[in-house]
Amino acid sequence: MKRTGAQIVMECLAREGVEHIFGYPGGANLPLYDTLPQYPQIRHVLVRHEQAAAHAADAYARVTGKVGVCWATSGPGATNLVTGIANAWMDSVPIVCITGSVVSWLIGRDGFQEADITGITLPITKQNYLVLDVDDLAETMREAFHIASTGRPGPVLIDFPRDLQQQETEFVYPEQVNIPSYSPDVEIESGQIKKAAQLINEAERPLILAGHGVIISKAYDELKELAERANVPVICTLLGLGGFPGSHELFMGMPGMHGMYWNNIAIGEADVVMGIGMRFDDRVTGRLKDFAPNAKIIHIDIDPAEIGKNVKTVVPINGDVKQALTDLNPLVEPAKHPAWLGRIRDLREEHPSIVVPNVDNLLPQYVIKKIYEMSGPNPYIVTGVGQHQMWAAQHFWSDNRASFITSGGLGTMGFEVPAAIGAQFGRPKDLVWSICGDGGFQMTLQELATCVEYELPIKFAIINNSYLGMVRQWQHNYYDKNLQSVRMFQPDFVKMAEAFGMAGLRVSEKEQVEPAIEDALRHPGPVLIDFEVEQEEDLYPAMPPGASLAETIDQPTFEEQPEKVKSR
Amino acid sequence: MSTHTIVALVENRPGVLNKIASKWRQRGFNIESLAVGHSEVPGLSRMTFTVDGTLNDVEQVSKQMDKVIEVVKVVDLTEHNMVHRELAMVKLSATPKQRGPILEIVDIFRAKIVDVSAESVIVEVTGTEEKVDAFLEMVGPYGVAELVRTGRIAMTRGPNAPMTIDKSKIEEHKFRAAGEGKAKIGTLI
Repeated sequence: MKRTGAQIVMECLAREGVEHIFGYPGGANLPLYDTLPQYPQIRHVLVRHEQAAAHAADAYARVTGKVGVCWATSGPGATNLVTGIANAWMDSVPIVCITGSVVSWLIGRDGFQEADITGITLPITKQNYLVLDVDDLAETMREAFHIASTGRPGPVLIDFPRDLQQQETEFVYPEQVNIPSYSPDVEIESGQIKKAAQLINEAERPLILAGHGVIISKAYDELKELAERANVPVICTLLGLGGFPGSHELFMGMPGMHGMYWNNIAIGEADVVMGIGMRFDDRVTGRLKDFAPNAKIIHIDIDPAEIGKNVKTVVPINGDVKQALTDLNPLVEPAKHPAWLGRIRDLREEHPSIVVPNVDNLLPQYVIKKIYEMSGPNPYIVTGVGQHQMWAAQHFWSDNRASFITSGGLGTMGFEVPAAIGAQFGRPKDLVWSICGDGGFQMTLQELATCVEYELPIKFAIINNSYLGMVRQWQHNYYDKNLQSVRMFQPDFVKMAEAFGMAGLRVSEKEQVEPAIEDALRHPGPVLIDFEVEQEEDLYPAMPPGASLAETIDQPTFEEQPEKVKSR
Repeated sequence: MSTHTIVALVENRPGVLNKIASKWRQRGFNIESLAVGHSEVPGLSRMTFTVDGTLNDVEQVSKQMDKVIEVVKVVDLTEHNMVHRELAMVKLSATPKQRGPILEIVDIFRAKIVDVSAESVIVEVTGTEEKVDAFLEMVGPYGVAELVRTGRIAMTRGPNAPMTIDKSKIEEHKFRAAGEGKAKIGTLI
């Protein structure tokens, strides 16, 4: 069957079960757009900036567990994807990006809108391709999806010249993928599993640090079984939130720089720490040499390069989390650790860490907590990056799986708006909240137009303190209160929402919070709420940069609060 | 810090060298020498890197290198008992009168004259970096007009062959469509 290059792309996407493409047209991908009417099963979503296409595909992949797809034209279209690709790379999210490239005879000759996008994205893609022969296309597409979604997932980019998109060839869909140099299915060493089981069985103060790998590998039940059987408290990293039920008595919340104080202390006291599908990121470990000084570390990860990268591991287990836990669980003896759990309970009582102060002023964490309380059991929470993100993570105690969507590794401000769009397309019937910082929101707010155009009922909550809050806090605490370029003039967000054709609400008093959230939830379409919160609220607990977990500064008690807060 | 000899077996396609070199660059390593050429398996190239670094850092980069899709195998030969060599060509200014003493040095080092003209000779010398260095020191006074060294290539001694690959996979490497365009016989990486 003869097909053009563009048709082959679409045929392959259809066979991969792709339902949505986030994209933006331009000279070098017009043949792809030309074929869209022939493939009604695939819906193209027109974003307003290519970065949003990549973020939307990213969030879509996270909520559905499928591969997200985005495409863009050559040159600026492709380079605009870069932030989104880097974000997916750092957080191990499977996306496939297809960029149109200038016609093949212009490649390398500085053609109009040419950019060496395979060169540019080389360090931030799991694999990338420049297709120079239309006969290679089907196989390349198949490989791209295979590589993106297997092993440790990640972004794959295909650069495809416009003339080849129009070239006809015989379409043969490769039934199998065979990449001899790539073997994502790692056999788990049973010896290591036995060693791990022995350590767990002998442990008196064990802890689990569960990461994104649990969600990617869908090892929810296996993790729960392990935790319950061995009676081990579960701490979820930022990207691990949603991998273990928040209502579970063994769930301890987040560790690290802005994690719960009790977790950071407990990690120091634990005798066995199991890192499951996580990578001992510096925001989790603090100063490495003082991380978990009393613990033997078991590390389960699919990526062999992660094992031993940051911390010294006693039992390395290289393999898929679900498989590793399935092997491990039967060897783990049922146990109880009442003294250890009691110790953590005491720590929690002494240092409750995330108490929302009962003051009359409108506190940002109060708003976020209310959003959780009022949104029912199954909302999807998308956040930007900064203080609001950490508050959202601290107060996430939901049972809804894979429902906390945030930019963890790269820390991309502006993620919140396009990612909410991707999440809503992935979960069309569910409630999606986009918790935005006033700074990050302005980086991608053009996507409100996308949101209105596609009638996505996303609820945007701008935690508006007229500051780049996290940076302000750092300048205040670590740069001698020298506040530079953090105070922001803000437009009238409510009028802006209305100008985009969506509902806008403003909240500046504490008592308006509940009614506004109720109104937003009742409204069938997209709503933006501008929460004008306390401007100089600091985020706690906080581990100073370069410090160890034990040096975490807990939330100050009321007596310790500075005067400005007390006078509220 | 010590010098490491890392050998990688990779699919012979465009962009692979770039990807691998990038892993070293990203972490601030300077590649001291690099030699690339075909291996015993058609379609697979063998790269030999020498880099200075701590065992830990080098191990980390080697693991990252192994993650590059086209990389079949990475081994740090440093700890192995290995034979390593490099080849150098030196163009010396040599009048007919000077040729005699140069020839003497060439003989001692078991090097070879591969080109000769009225005013110059090209000498080919093979050996460890130290031997090549020593040779260059000796011929230096004659005036080195040009020097080229291939960089280290290395192999383990004895029957142990850590770089061998599964023979059943040889055919697959040969015919797989390329990542960036098609693998063409004889293409440079």
